[in-house]
Amino acid sequence: MRTRDLLKNNAVPIVFAGLSIFLVVASRMDPVFLLQEVITRLSRNSFLVLALIIPVIAGLGLNFAIVLGAMSGQAAVIMITHWMTTLSAESTMLAIFRWQGGLGGFLFATIISTPIALVLGWLVGKTLNAAKGREMITALMLGFFANGIYQLIFLIGIGTVIPMANPRMVLPGGVGLRITIDLFNPVGRPVRSIGAALNNLILPQIGLIRIPVVPLIIVACLCFFIYFFMRTKLGQQIRATGQDMYVAEIAGIKVNRIRVIAVMFSTVMAAWGQLIWLQDIGTLNTYASHEQVGMFAIAALLVGGANVKRATIWHALLGVVLFHTLFVVSPVAGQRLFGQSQIGEYFRAFIAYGVIALSLALHAWKQRKSK
Amino acid sequence: MWNKFKDYILGLGIPRLTIIGFLAILFAIAFVTGLAIPPLIGDSLRRVGMAGIMVLAMLPTVRAGIGLNFGLPLGIVSGLVGALISMQLDFTGFFGFFMAVMFGIPFSVLSGIGYAWLLSKVRGQEMMVGTYVGFSSVAFMSILWLVLPFNHPEMIWAIGGSGLRSQLSLGNHFGQVLNNFLSFEIARMVVPTGLLLFFALFCVIIYFFFRTKIGLAIDATGQNESYAITSGVNTKRMRTIAVVISNVLGGIGIVAYAQSYGFLQLYTGPMFMAFPAVAAILIGGASLSKASVTNVVVGTLLFQTLLTISLPVTAQVFTGDITEIARLIIANGMIVYALTRGAGKGGR
Repeated sequence: MRTRDLLKNNAVPIVFAGLSIFLVVASRMDPVFLLQEVITRLSRNSFLVLALIIPVIAGLGLNFAIVLGAMSGQAAVIMITHWMTTLSAESTMLAIFRWQGGLGGFLFATIISTPIALVLGWLVGKTLNAAKGREMITALMLGFFANGIYQLIFLIGIGTVIPMANPRMVLPGGVGLRITIDLFNPVGRPVRSIGAALNNLILPQIGLIRIPVVPLIIVACLCFFIYFFMRTKLGQQIRATGQDMYVAEIAGIKVNRIRVIAVMFSTVMAAWGQLIWLQDIGTLNTYASHEQVGMFAIAALLVGGANVKRATIWHALLGVVLFHTLFVVSPVAGQRLFGQSQIGEYFRAFIAYGVIALSLALHAWKQRKSK
Repeated sequence: MWNKFKDYILGLGIPRLTIIGFLAILFAIAFVTGLAIPPLIGDSLRRVGMAGIMVLAMLPTVRAGIGLNFGLPLGIVSGLVGALISMQLDFTGFFGFFMAVMFGIPFSVLSGIGYAWLLSKVRGQEMMVGTYVGFSSVAFMSILWLVLPFNHPEMIWAIGGSGLRSQLSLGNHFGQVLNNFLSFEIARMVVPTGLLLFFALFCVIIYFFFRTKIGLAIDATGQNESYAITSGVNTKRMRTIAVVISNVLGGIGIVAYAQSYGFLQLYTGPMFMAFPAVAAILIGGASLSKASVTNVVVGTLLFQTLLTISLPVTAQVFTGDITEIARLIIANGMIVYALTRGAGKGGR
C-alpha cells in the first residue's frame, strides 16, 4: 500500500526517469560526456529553478515572471561588460572588475542587478495581486510585455537616448546592442567580462570530468537559505498565505504584502541565477538569453515532481538532472532512432511544453475533484 | 448625449485611449511628413482581413464564460492540416481554398472536442492550460510535419532533409484567391474585397448564431451558469460547442491568413499567433467575460492599422524597426491590463 502511494505521488519523476534512461540507452551516448553535461547543467541552471520555489509556497503558482529577474541580471552584465571594455587601463574600477579573473565584475553585476530586480519584482507582485486566481497567465504575459520594454531599451534606446560608444557591443549603425555579446575571457589575455568568473575559481578535474565547484557551492547555499528562510517568521507567513489567503488574512497576516515580498525574493534570485548561467555560457544572446528562462526552469521543476501548489528543493534538483539529461540526449536519440536529430529537438520542445500543460491540467483537475 | 459620450470615453480605459491617441499621432505624422496615406489604408484593410477570423475565434469562448482562447494554435494547426491536404491533392484556385477549409474542419472539430473536454476538467484555469495546450500542440505537430507522408515536390525539401518545408509557397495553389476577388484600386488604395467579404461573412454568421437558441444558451452559460442549468440548458454541451466553434474559426482563420500572406508557415510559425488575436479583441473593448462582434471588428481595425502604419511612419523620423517591439508592448500590455481588471467588469 505504501509503495503504491509512493509510486502515485511520484509518478511524474518516475515516468521521466524511465524516459531518460530509455533515451540514454537509445542514444548510445558516451557516459562520461553525459555526466559532464549533467554536472555542468546542474551548476548552471539549478539557481534559476530554485528561484521558483518561494512563489509556489506563497500560493502564486509557477512564477513565469522570473524572466524579469533574468532581464535585471542581463542589464547588469551589459553595464559591467561595457565598463570592462571601455575603462582606461589605469582606472581603479577596472582593476576591481578584473580582480580574480572577473570575479570583481561578477560581484558588481550582482550588486547592480539587485535593486533593478527588487523594483521589477515589486511591480510584478503588485500586478499579480490585482489578478488573483489568474497569477500564472498574468505572469506569463508580463514576461512577454517586459520583453518588449527590454527590446525598446536595448535595441532602440542604446545610441539614441542612452549614449554608448562601444563598437564591441553596439551595432555598426550606432543604435542598439549587438545580437550576441561575448563574455568569454581568453586565456592569457586581460579579463574583459564575467565569463567563467565563478567556474574558473576552482575547477578540479576528476578523471575526464571538470567540476565547477563554486557555482555548485552557491546552489547548495541557496538550498540551505531557502530551507532556513521558510522556518523564519516571514517564511511561515508566506507558507500560511499559500495555504489559505483568507485564513491568513484573518490571522493578521498582510497577505498582499507577503505575496509581493515572495515575488521580490524570486525575482532577485532569478537575476542572480541568470548571472551564474551567463558566466557559465560565456555568451550573452542579448535578445534571446532571457526569453525561455521561465519555461525551461518551470519545466525542470515540474519534471522533478513539483506542482502548482507544492515545490521543494529536492523537486528542483531532481528536476534539473532529469530534464537536462533528456535535453542533452534527445537530439542524439532522435538521430539514432529516426535518422533525424530534428525529431529529437522538436521532441524535447514538446516535452517542455507538454509537461507544463499536463501538470497544470492535472492540478486544476485534482482541485476541482476535491471541491 | 454629452454625458453618454463622456461615459463612453472614460469607459474605454487608459490603455485603449492610449492606443487611439497613438494611432492619431501616427496619422498626424504621416500627414505632416507627406507620406501617402491611401496605400497604407489599403495595407491595413488587407491585414484586417487576414487576422480578422482568428480574432473572431476569441468570441465564442468568452461568451461561454471560458475566457479568451489562448489555445488558438490548436485550431491553427488543425486548419494547416487541411491546407496541406488540399495542396497535396494539387487543388488550385477557389476550389483549392474551399477544399483547404473543408478538409481542415473535421480536424478542428475533433481536436476541439478533445480540447473542450480538457477545459471542462480545469475550470478556472482555462486560459493558462489553454496557452500550454496551444504551445504543446505546435511542438507536437512539428514532429508530425517531419514524418507525415506528404510528398508533393513543392511541399517537401528539394534537397537534403526530409519532411515538410518550413514555409510553403501557395503561389501555384490558392495564394491570393480571396484578395484578388473583386479587388479594386482607388487613389492607390488597393481594396482586397474578397478577403473583407469573407471576414464579414463570418462576422455575420457568428452574429446571427448568437441569436439562435444554441447561441443564447451559450450566452446564458457564460453569464450565470446555475441559472442556465435551472432553465434546462446543458451547460457542459454549450461550452463544448463554443470551444469547437472557436477552434474551427482558428482553422479557417489560418487558411484565410495564409492565402493572403502567400505562404503556409509550419513548425514554430503558429506558436505565438494567439496573443495578437487576444490583444485585438481586448483593444476592441472586450473583457475576459464580455465580447461582441463589434469588439472584434473595432479591435482588429485599430490594432492592425496601428501595426501597419507604425513601420513606414516611424521610419520617417527614426531609423530601425520599431514595429515588432511596438507589437510586443501593445499586445501583451493590453492583455496584462485586461487580466488585472477582474473577470466581472473587464475593461469597461
